[in-house]
Amino acid sequence: MNLAELQRKLLAAARANPPTDTVPYAFEKRILARLAEAPVLDTWALWNRVLWRAAAPCVALCLTLSVWSYFAGSDATSPEVLAADLESAVLAPFDDLGDSW
Amino acid sequence: MNGSAASGSPAPMVEEATVEGTDAEFIAKVVAGDVTSFEPLVRKYQPRVFATARRYARRESEVEDIVQEVFLKAFRKLSGYRADAPFEHWLMRLTVRTCYDFLRSHQRNREFSFTDLSEAETHWLDRFAASPAEASETAAAARELVAHVLDKLSPATRLVLTLLELEDRSVKEIAALTGWSPTLVKVRAFRARGEMRKCLERLTREKKL
Repeated sequence: MNLAELQRKLLAAARANPPTDTVPYAFEKRILARLAEAPVLDTWALWNRVLWRAAAPCVALCLTLSVWSYFAGSDATSPEVLAADLESAVLAPFDDLGDSW
Repeated sequence: MNGSAASGSPAPMVEEATVEGTDAEFIAKVVAGDVTSFEPLVRKYQPRVFATARRYARRESEVEDIVQEVFLKAFRKLSGYRADAPFEHWLMRLTVRTCYDFLRSHQRNREFSFTDLSEAETHWLDRFAASPAEASETAAAARELVAHVLDKLSPATRLVLTLLELEDRSVKEIAALTGWSPTLVKVRAFRARGEMRKCLERLTREKKL
């Protein structure tokens, strides 16, 4: 079958029959009614709602971090040891200086 | 039917100028908060929007949903309308994009199979297979058949074929309406013809023509 000719005929058929532009009765009234019933966008209310929705995850995250830091701190070394570790880490580059002099 | 405001005018130039002026006035009032001023704009442009929507949706309820969505979007975005182009162009761009969104959201719902073609459509195809010149392109069966074929195409293909082949729009116009680049329009138009050809191949294979 000649597919190119079939394609041309079908497109010509569609072109020869453009859709109508009839409008249902009082359609514009329906649009206006929809606009009237649509809630007015209140930016502050939207912001308020977003903040309230964000509050619960923030509290949950805060609690999770608190619990984690409590338990992580209990089996870790004491603050004195941590301070000593920090000091040795900071001064590590200077340890090699003595060898080179 | 609510006809377009520009039809049957004895002095088209004068009326056109007046209509443009009133468009701007209505838009300014709507932006200032007067919702009722949106009604004349809807009344004036709804025939055009309905005609466009009917190219992409077959059921009348779907067409009405699209048109309603277009005007609700237009109302919401009206404050962003810059009067550097006619309001009609802005609205038609919104219409085409809403129709494209409709096609994309409904593409999985197209369950029509070519085996479900009506007797008249099958008969038209048989006649075309026997003698292509005798199959009239003005026949109702041809109209139905092309509607089914278009339903089978992907949203981008259908959109570009409709604008390019059925509405005879230029690449530049399509680019402006869709927001695609002219190069993308050309690429999609090329692919669209190929996709339609493949669709017709499938149709003829299924119908054993």
